Amino acid sequence: MTAATDTSTKTDMSAKKARRFKPDRDVEEWHGGYLPYDLVKEFIIAFLVVAVLVVGLAVIFSSPDETPVTVKSWSTSDPVDFAQTAITELDGTSGTATYGPPYNATTGASQSIGPFSPESWLGVHHPINTANDYVIDPLKTLPNQPGVAAAVAEYNGASSEQQAAWTAAYEKAVANATAKNGVLQVPKGDYGPVGTMIGALTSMARSGALDGALLSSRQFYGTDYTKPLLFIADGAYLANLAQNQHLSGDQWGMMNETGNYPGQAWLWLYTLWYQVPPMNSSSSGDLQVWAIMMVLTLLLALVPFIPGLRSIPRWSRVYRLIWRQHYRDLAGASPT
Amino acid sequence: MTIDTDAPTKVAADLPQDAGQLSAKLRHAAVEALPPERLMPDRQPTYVASWIYVFGVLTVSALAVVILTGVVLAIFGPAWWHVSPTGHFVNSLHLWSVEVFFFAMVIHLWGKFFMAAWRGRRRATWVTGVVAFVVSVGTAFTGYLSQQNFDSQWISTQAKDGINSTGAGAIFNVTNFGQMLMWHIVLLPLAVGLIVGGHVLLVRRRGVVPPFAPPGDAPPDVKAVPVADLTPKGDDR
Amino acid sequence: MQTVSAVMGVLFGSLVDLNGPGHYVHWGFIQMSVANVVLIGLMVVTFVAAILIPFRRHGGGSR
Repeated sequence: MTAATDTSTKTDMSAKKARRFKPDRDVEEWHGGYLPYDLVKEFIIAFLVVAVLVVGLAVIFSSPDETPVTVKSWSTSDPVDFAQTAITELDGTSGTATYGPPYNATTGASQSIGPFSPESWLGVHHPINTANDYVIDPLKTLPNQPGVAAAVAEYNGASSEQQAAWTAAYEKAVANATAKNGVLQVPKGDYGPVGTMIGALTSMARSGALDGALLSSRQFYGTDYTKPLLFIADGAYLANLAQNQHLSGDQWGMMNETGNYPGQAWLWLYTLWYQVPPMNSSSSGDLQVWAIMMVLTLLLALVPFIPGLRSIPRWSRVYRLIWRQHYRDLAGASPT
Repeated sequence: MTIDTDAPTKVAADLPQDAGQLSAKLRHAAVEALPPERLMPDRQPTYVASWIYVFGVLTVSALAVVILTGVVLAIFGPAWWHVSPTGHFVNSLHLWSVEVFFFAMVIHLWGKFFMAAWRGRRRATWVTGVVAFVVSVGTAFTGYLSQQNFDSQWISTQAKDGINSTGAGAIFNVTNFGQMLMWHIVLLPLAVGLIVGGHVLLVRRRGVVPPFAPPGDAPPDVKAVPVADLTPKGDDR
Repeated sequence: MQTVSAVMGVLFGSLVDLNGPGHYVHWGFIQMSVANVVLIGLMVVTFVAAILIPFRRHGGGSR
């Protein structure tokens, strides 16, 4: 079988240059027969099949809808965890406070691979000052609470060393806190106005007022939930709920859905890298995994250009099953 | 001189003074790349005879159901499905059509890989297919973020770490519901539509990839044959 | 409208409730939900079936 010479008049460098035939890159023009094939009818049938299948699945299985956590539900269900989180927001040791870009400029927090650190290059774009945004400013909105206002004023007026001493003492104390009838009971200690502040914040949270304060802090129509979400995620409550549903990163949770529903199974390779060293313990693990996935995705897209990789279909010979009718026809037609 | 407005006029491309027009040039290029019988053929090569070939159209059909159910959800707004059983049902349709979409698309990808469907100047078809897959994953991801329930809360607060590490978090803020919803219902479906449309047109332009030469055949020894004229022939041999 | 919603709610609640505690498989370092395993398994089966099941053309198969 010889290849026909190209008679195209278009400017086509590959056709003009003499080029060796590579079976994993090139293919012979089809000079064989055609059979009727109604594509539009096929599409209509496919659409109906899919529609019926989808309706069936929806009727049988429905879809999950787990109620979201609110600052109110969090502080009501676990006021100790709420208070423990709130004090770390005030003293700047919470996950969000020490996150780095895009929320704040904590040194050394950005992930990097060698000199490559796009997180720090892009910088802070969604600034969050956890002490002000999560504790002080919401407390300032409370009307008719002179005790709280005085506590906040005392805290703001104190030196940073005094503030640090108070918050450290409170953090130690609240680790042994209990909740009685939903009310926070913190062992006594020398933590100045901080006890009043966190106590008032907890009450504000349990009333639902803190949810509103965090969302509409800049405008009436809020659609950006960054502040309340990061606050909730700083605590253990949300993470424990997720752990129970097998949604944690180290449980391959990225692929999962709540309950027994299938999740985003197509994220299997992305989540796999989070389970293997060094990514599973590196402080730049996220960036490492993204780098790996970008390379692999590029490789997938460029398979046609990569010798060896593009030969796998021919070597694996799966095509012999797919086109077995065609090969039978050829063997039957050609004289031997 | 009267102009007979009832009789059809001659095709403008036949008139030499119109050939330089941008409109005429674009039309020529389009019609040459995809003449009607190639754009909507009524026959396929005889080697198109396997159930694996239906997974492309199944994927597109599933995408159509995803979009239709998405349109219904858009009509009533993002909170509807939490308060209405009908809304919840439509949400279920949307979720399962997405699962069917990925199911079909991945099988389609496996099939096309094992057929080495990029051969014969079909590399753009393969590349657009992979891009469609990646953009679809992103679209589904923003959909999960738009659910406004516990799942969205967990996914957003986890995914932010990966995305922030790349610097993209400065712009693409997964905890910003409004932004993620707009990406999900405007930007990404537009991207998916354009990419899938281009992908399908490329398939029509080049035709379905012919099989490998039968094992044992000597390879052609001259230059590679670009897929030139694929106008299907009417005769069966 | 309320009646319609109520009827829809009963009809389209769900016949199989997948909202209970999840089931997961642990194979070495791989952890996966049963739902995902079933899905992936079905995909492999469907792929193999698509390749193996003969595709009869209207016109009658082999010429």
